Amino acid sequence: MSMLQVKDLSIHFGGVKAVQNVTFNIDAGIVYAVIGPNGAGKTTLFNLITGVYKPTTGEITLDGEGIHGKSPNELATRGVARTFQNLQICMNMSAVENVMVGAHLRLDRNLVKAALRLPGLKKRDAELREEASELMNFVGLGQYVEARADAMSYGALKRLEIARALAMKPRLIFLDEPAAGLNPKETIEVDHLVRKIADSGVTVVLVEHDMKMVMNLSDRILVLNYGKKLAEGTGEEIRTNPDVIAAYLGAHA
Amino acid sequence: MKKSVYNGLYIVIAILVVLPFVLPNSFYVDLAIRMAINAVIVLGLNLLVGFAGQISLGHAGFLGIGAYASAVLPTHFGWHPLLAMAAGAAATGLLAAVVARPIFKLKGNYLAMATLGLGIIISIALRNEAQWTGGPDGMPVPAMGMFGFELTNDKQWYWVVAILLSVSVWASLNLIDSPFGRALRALHGSEVASQVVGVDVVRYKVAIFVLSAVFASLMGSVTAHYVGFVSPNFADFFHSIELMTMVVIGGMASVYGSLVGAVLLTALPQALATFEGWETVVFGAILMLSMIFLPKGLVPTLAAKFGKGE
Repeated sequence: MSMLQVKDLSIHFGGVKAVQNVTFNIDAGIVYAVIGPNGAGKTTLFNLITGVYKPTTGEITLDGEGIHGKSPNELATRGVARTFQNLQICMNMSAVENVMVGAHLRLDRNLVKAALRLPGLKKRDAELREEASELMNFVGLGQYVEARADAMSYGALKRLEIARALAMKPRLIFLDEPAAGLNPKETIEVDHLVRKIADSGVTVVLVEHDMKMVMNLSDRILVLNYGKKLAEGTGEEIRTNPDVIAAYLGAHA
Repeated sequence: MKKSVYNGLYIVIAILVVLPFVLPNSFYVDLAIRMAINAVIVLGLNLLVGFAGQISLGHAGFLGIGAYASAVLPTHFGWHPLLAMAAGAAATGLLAAVVARPIFKLKGNYLAMATLGLGIIISIALRNEAQWTGGPDGMPVPAMGMFGFELTNDKQWYWVVAILLSVSVWASLNLIDSPFGRALRALHGSEVASQVVGVDVVRYKVAIFVLSAVFASLMGSVTAHYVGFVSPNFADFFHSIELMTMVVIGGMASVYGSLVGAVLLTALPQALATFEGWETVVFGAILMLSMIFLPKGLVPTLAAKFGKGE
């Protein structure tokens, strides 16, 4: 059985049907890409699956258990992580602290123990800082460990989001346009990074406009257009699909 | 957030220890006590406002509950002052928790309005329940004491308040640099990002609201016993604004900023007394100028300027 199953998923904002009856399955351990023109509903789909929006109709199951309508923090407890297309970095914190927040659910969050700075908690916090620094190395941000988040470049912040998501030790990670706004060199680095994440056993779902990256990384691709599923298949199937070509290049292209 | 933030705590303690030996007379001791009491309240409020990014324009209401618990319960029911203080804090915590759940579904201006309303309701209740609270005239508060020892003179009060302040600074520093504190700061920085990493946002907002309300209530009790008298002005809207101003002037999300804000704004009206009648105008002008030139508050602005950071 597939890890994630999405069935007849729809959401309407007033009269706008942002996502309409979308159905697909994602198997564990693969890289799955969602592509489509701007406004096709890709980010909305991510928001639906990660609990930021509640679907109007439809079902989402993770390992056979219904997760539609659950809040983002409940989904986090089930090992679902994500990054954002428009950065969601806590600019009031340092870079490494942003990553440490990712480990929230694995920590002792007791208020009283924290206020009294009990030795066990202090030790665990030092270990966590070490772990977060290693994660920053993993995503290629080793030199920014002590930096303030608001002093970092856009490209670096994109990767900081990935490090924060990885700090959750997720089983399933949603990356919303990880290469958007990056230069060609940075894009290649993110490409390698996504590959490394997938190789570490995390299932990756990717929204991306960089077709070279999508074709290079993805095991399967879902194409959305005007909120509907246009096609689904392997890279080769998508590349030669006449509907997809029409949507991207205009009819009779 | 490295070890160095605790250096400030040692400086605070050093100042608190030396201060009573250099203050010329009891007027200054009294002022120092008021500063320290305000500093503790502002610390609690800054956790909510500066670190968690929420707002409360009704905090004086919580102060009022604590103050009146310490006045009413021992006077009318013969409760021990410490028990009354604890009861006030518990009642405040309970009220804050019950009210916070619906309130923290709101954001920004709406949240400000809701907390403002809550503070005003408390203040009206204290004013109107005259048979218990003495109404607008207020009422005297029995002395605080335990084991046959009574806190009467200013020097004793000074040490009590100095210890409370030191412990509060230490606990606040600890809290900020903990998983709990990071979750608070994260939901301030990006609510949706903190949600997707598993932070139960409403629960954290409620927790810090309750904590800062209880801080205020406890210090309300302390003030009541110290001054020996309570009046509805304790819970007044203008007092809430004054506390918020201390947070903003001293520096949002800055522990030491809270102290500086409380010290300055407690001292300023005294220092401006020479302006006779014009002091509110001068006071207002100082606030405006500091907001224009130091929008992040005194301590964060100065820290950034001298490249130390907090």
